[in-house]
Amino acid sequence: MTTTGTTPPPTAVPGEVKPRRALPWAGRREGAAAARGRGQAGPLVRGVLLLLCFLWLVPTIGIIVTSFRTPDAANTSGWWTVIASPLDFTQWTAANYREAISGGMGNAFVNSFAVTLPATIIPIMIAAFAAYAFTFIEFWGRDVLFVIVVGLLVVPNQVALVPLLRLYSDINFSLGPLSVNGLTGEFAAVYLAHIGFGMPLAIYILRNYMSTLPKAVIESAKIDGASHFKTFWKLIVPMSVPALASFAIFQFLWVWNDLLVALLFLGPGDRAVVTVNVAALVGAQQQGWQLLTAGAIISMVVPVLVFISLQRYFVRGLTAGSVKG
Amino acid sequence: MVRVINALLAIVVGVGAALLLYYVLNMLVERLPDKWEERLKPYAFIGPAVVMIGIFLVYPAVRTFILSFANAQSTAWVGLENYTDLLGSSDFRLTLVNTLLWIAVVPALTVAFGLGVAVLADRLGPQAEKLTKSTIFLPMAISGVGAATIWRFVYETRPEGEPQIGLQNAIVTALGFDPVAWLQLDTLKVNSFLLMVILIWAQVGFSMVLLSAAVKGVPEETLEAARIDGANERQIFFRVITPQIWGTIITVFITVLISVLKIFDVVYVMTNGNFNTDVIAVRFFNELFRNGDNGRAAAIVVMLMIAVLPVIVYQVRHFRAEEAAR
Repeated sequence: MTTTGTTPPPTAVPGEVKPRRALPWAGRREGAAAARGRGQAGPLVRGVLLLLCFLWLVPTIGIIVTSFRTPDAANTSGWWTVIASPLDFTQWTAANYREAISGGMGNAFVNSFAVTLPATIIPIMIAAFAAYAFTFIEFWGRDVLFVIVVGLLVVPNQVALVPLLRLYSDINFSLGPLSVNGLTGEFAAVYLAHIGFGMPLAIYILRNYMSTLPKAVIESAKIDGASHFKTFWKLIVPMSVPALASFAIFQFLWVWNDLLVALLFLGPGDRAVVTVNVAALVGAQQQGWQLLTAGAIISMVVPVLVFISLQRYFVRGLTAGSVKG
Repeated sequence: MVRVINALLAIVVGVGAALLLYYVLNMLVERLPDKWEERLKPYAFIGPAVVMIGIFLVYPAVRTFILSFANAQSTAWVGLENYTDLLGSSDFRLTLVNTLLWIAVVPALTVAFGLGVAVLADRLGPQAEKLTKSTIFLPMAISGVGAATIWRFVYETRPEGEPQIGLQNAIVTALGFDPVAWLQLDTLKVNSFLLMVILIWAQVGFSMVLLSAAVKGVPEETLEAARIDGANERQIFFRVITPQIWGTIITVFITVLISVLKIFDVVYVMTNGNFNTDVIAVRFFNELFRNGDNGRAAAIVVMLMIAVLPVIVYQVRHFRAEEAAR
């Protein structure tokens, strides 16, 4: 095998066909790949890829640059003109960000967390219990139920929105100090919906992962007299952490970036989340580009950071979560 | 600050309540005679998840189906009127045509680009490969709203004579042509295609990652054997690699297809369906929210569900086959 100098030694069995485990960022490289002309790209291939990367980056660079330009400069010349005089500091400003944050984005940023955190963390445990039962316990209706879960993976969540709007407005109760007058407009309306929508994917990812865990461990726990409850907490949950993380990141990005559900149940205004706020800014362009660009950047910071730092898990969740082939 | 505390409270209460529920359920079940305990315990474990799915997906889906036969306020039955009205309006037919166009273009191009990058980047050194892939993959983390904002600066139009601040018009005018109002240009569906570019830009990274993993999983021996038999690179790609990763190609295609069917934010933010760019999910939102027409909105969703049905069947069959092979 001709391994190029910088390729880490392959840890996977060469030729092992298990693409779902050996992902590019999973820290393992297929031995086979090393032999396949790695580092032997011709100038044409390099050129094409370079051009593609350039095309992929340019739009994003444009908005980053614009977000730091004065409103005047942004409105009268293209952002690329700064290349001619990048050191002309009169055109640079951070005021856009200050203005955007005080003009609602700061508020929306907090709201986004208020929606996203519960929507990410609560379903994990509910799904983990269900996935455990689906994997390790035989029961009547198990296969039918799981097939329904698999089918629901691809159901567009639009299907739920009309009845949910009505259901939410029907929720009126007061329980001591807690009185709820319709859920619409409450953060709970959004995160509860996302918990429900994310449930099939969570169960699916976790069950797939759990079914790769060694059955012998569970059997021996049973022989030792451990209850299912105990086996679940002491054995399965700690062993399933990678899959739990995958789903968490997937769901976090999904909920944070969602516009439709937040727009329907929270809408613009005091409780708007970042996506809703940025969408509203697009509609109100008379206020100038600076608010929009700075606002959009603020809305992207968290998902991009989460994504970059936890890419490995995200990729795994993506692979497991997509309709598998 | 209150909001953050509320959010944390929601998490603590939510997780705490769920824990308590499981604990109580478990305790109750354990008090039963052994025979019943064994029988009921799995249901205690899956119960809360099933309830959530029932409340937030199954019940609303059934309800949506029923509401699609009722009027705007859901106060009276109207039979098939919502469907006939929608399908009878040229406006909605255009929406369907646009959606079909998206389906025809976006998944195929996303797979093609993703596969291209995956195969080409595979030949780079590890560092360069990683950098290339990260660049292409990054838009995956950006919301549809963010992507639309980013691409505003590509498609923005200023009247003739003023300096263009949109990239595309800057290039056009630099070449000596008049600026074009890209998002309003529906000749040959140009504006729809420009919106598709945004989704492709965002999704190619996903396609590339899955396909790259599949390409790397193709056994070297099969390539070696083809080379010995005198196959050129092209033949190897189409006759050796492609058949072996076909399953993944289908996977990516279907996943992108689903996101195309649901495409909302990009179109909503860029044109809100104006200038003949409307698609089914935007239309749904506008019927529901702007027109307050529950019946029509529900009918649109039912049509969406019918479009997704074959995918569900495929998905379930595929899952069954995989389980049988396990």
